[in-house]
Amino acid sequence: MKREGSPFKGVMTVALKEAADHMTSARMHLIMLLVLLTAIGAVYGAINHIRDTTSEDPFLFLKLFTTAQQPLPSFASFLGFLLPLVAIALGFDAINGEYGRRTMSRLLAQPIYRDALLFGKFLGALLVIAIALLTLWLLMTGLGILFLGLPPSGPELVRSIAYLAATLVYAGVWLALAMAFSTLIRSAATAALAALALWLILSVFWSMIAPLVAGAISPVDPYNPMTLLSNFETQQVIARISPQTLYGEVSSMLLDPSNRSVGPIFMSQLQGALINAPLPTMQSLTIIWPQISGLFAAMVLLFTLAYTVFQRQEVRA
Amino acid sequence: MSDTVIEARGLTKRYGSNVAVNGIDFSVEAGEVIGLLGPNGAGKTTTILMLLGLTEADGGDVVILGKDPVRQPLQVKADVGYLPDSVGFYNNMTGRENLAYTARLSGLSHAQAAENIAAALEKVRLTDVADKRVSTYSHGMRKRLGIAELLMRKCRIAILDEPTSGLDPQSTRELLDLIRSLSRDGMTILLSSHILDAVQSVCHRIALFNKGRIGFLGTMEELAAKLGGGAFIVDVEADGIDLSKAVKSAKGVKSVTPDGDGQWHIETERDIRPELGRLIVQAGGDLRNMDLRRTRLDEAYDRFFKEYGNEA
Repeated sequence: MKREGSPFKGVMTVALKEAADHMTSARMHLIMLLVLLTAIGAVYGAINHIRDTTSEDPFLFLKLFTTAQQPLPSFASFLGFLLPLVAIALGFDAINGEYGRRTMSRLLAQPIYRDALLFGKFLGALLVIAIALLTLWLLMTGLGILFLGLPPSGPELVRSIAYLAATLVYAGVWLALAMAFSTLIRSAATAALAALALWLILSVFWSMIAPLVAGAISPVDPYNPMTLLSNFETQQVIARISPQTLYGEVSSMLLDPSNRSVGPIFMSQLQGALINAPLPTMQSLTIIWPQISGLFAAMVLLFTLAYTVFQRQEVRA
Repeated sequence: MSDTVIEARGLTKRYGSNVAVNGIDFSVEAGEVIGLLGPNGAGKTTTILMLLGLTEADGGDVVILGKDPVRQPLQVKADVGYLPDSVGFYNNMTGRENLAYTARLSGLSHAQAAENIAAALEKVRLTDVADKRVSTYSHGMRKRLGIAELLMRKCRIAILDEPTSGLDPQSTRELLDLIRSLSRDGMTILLSSHILDAVQSVCHRIALFNKGRIGFLGTMEELAAKLGGGAFIVDVEADGIDLSKAVKSAKGVKSVTPDGDGQWHIETERDIRPELGRLIVQAGGDLRNMDLRRTRLDEAYDRFFKEYGNEA
């Protein structure tokens, strides 16, 4: 059965309203304060560290993102850990919140499709995250120039912008996840807890679970070195179910030009390679492309799940 | 003004094995005010949602303003306004901002929206509080804001689900006045309620829902005539006699209901007070009081659901 009219009518209205709501909400202010403080801490630590080792690296600017000074982790790993929290905070009550406020039936009685509501909410939250990320990125660049007196070079700029885009996709995965939970679960608090639980499992416990499962699936035989490889590969496949693993690989590849592979590498493959020589930006991107597509696919999949459930949902609470 | 704006045929909705709406037919003419009446769970809200295309019907079809709400939902929803049972607004926004949001969603231009909103708020007398947050509004003000939304969008048909539920008598009266004035301005209105009293004064026709069917559709007079049977009720106070037995056989008596402590309600076809008096005295009772009155509609309504309730 074909329906008439554009499903995108009203998307921008919903998106802008949602974005404005998020921008002014106390929830967003608190969590951005957290992110900002940790980011500044991480960058400050990195700057101190870089000062001591200035002459070692041609990609100093990128080092801002990846250098960690104990006890603080690097900016990139901070983002990988905290960004899901931001996305969940923005998305966990997207749909069930409308039911809770009893605005859902009134909204859907407006001449728009349900598609517009869900998509608009997703876009609105993503817009806010994009603005926050861009601000962080500019802040870092500014701090780098200010304290190191070093402007980023062209390749560095391209790499860090690609990193920014990948980060946005990563945030989109968690946002889609939070929105899927907000569609599936009627209580906003339960949806938030479910999303946070999954976040904890995937970002903290997954790295412990992966070797265990891999050991069960393809156990290591001490007399057969090939089993060691297959065990490692299984482990990697399982670890890559977590978006954090994918994102970690993307950021390590993009932010460190001397990285050549995300998987195991053999001596034969390194023959003739200039160890530690930087890869061209496009080569790094090519290596990491599957991970980026994986993240994107996860985002689309989760959004589709939310979409399908939402389309079939009864309007009355 | 006799064009049909809403036409429903064989509308059916099932939730699992439970049939919420079971083959409903009705039509609404332009400019009419129709009351959908019935107990909770009779299928009123489900019918409304199907009219709007917000719930997909399992059977039957609806034509609103010549369009199909399932295939052309945007065009239908642009002309049909809906005020849900428990209407909610964004508490952190003002009344005016809430309306501005829905105005943008329905595609009004900025200037047009501002003008319509101001006029609508004036009409529902919320202008004074328009720039206060909705969290400070009372229940009645929220309902009025909901009506302002329909006015602002200049809907041709308004569907109001339980507009008077939870309102105090004063607010109910104000809301009904508002509905009456909307109807005078040419809006076709469908409103649902489970209390007949509350809405009988504004409705041109009423549809009685019960267990997913429409048991009756027509004017108040037709309902009274259909159910009236005995159009009069005699309230009798007498001692020393059991009227239930004594009068039952009398001519013109439809039924006798005891009301405790020597009181009875006797339903009759005409004024039979003289005969009743004679009968009671002859049977040795002490007649103390006898009052004749017309059947009230809400009694008729109650009886309707008693009589027809077990059929469906």
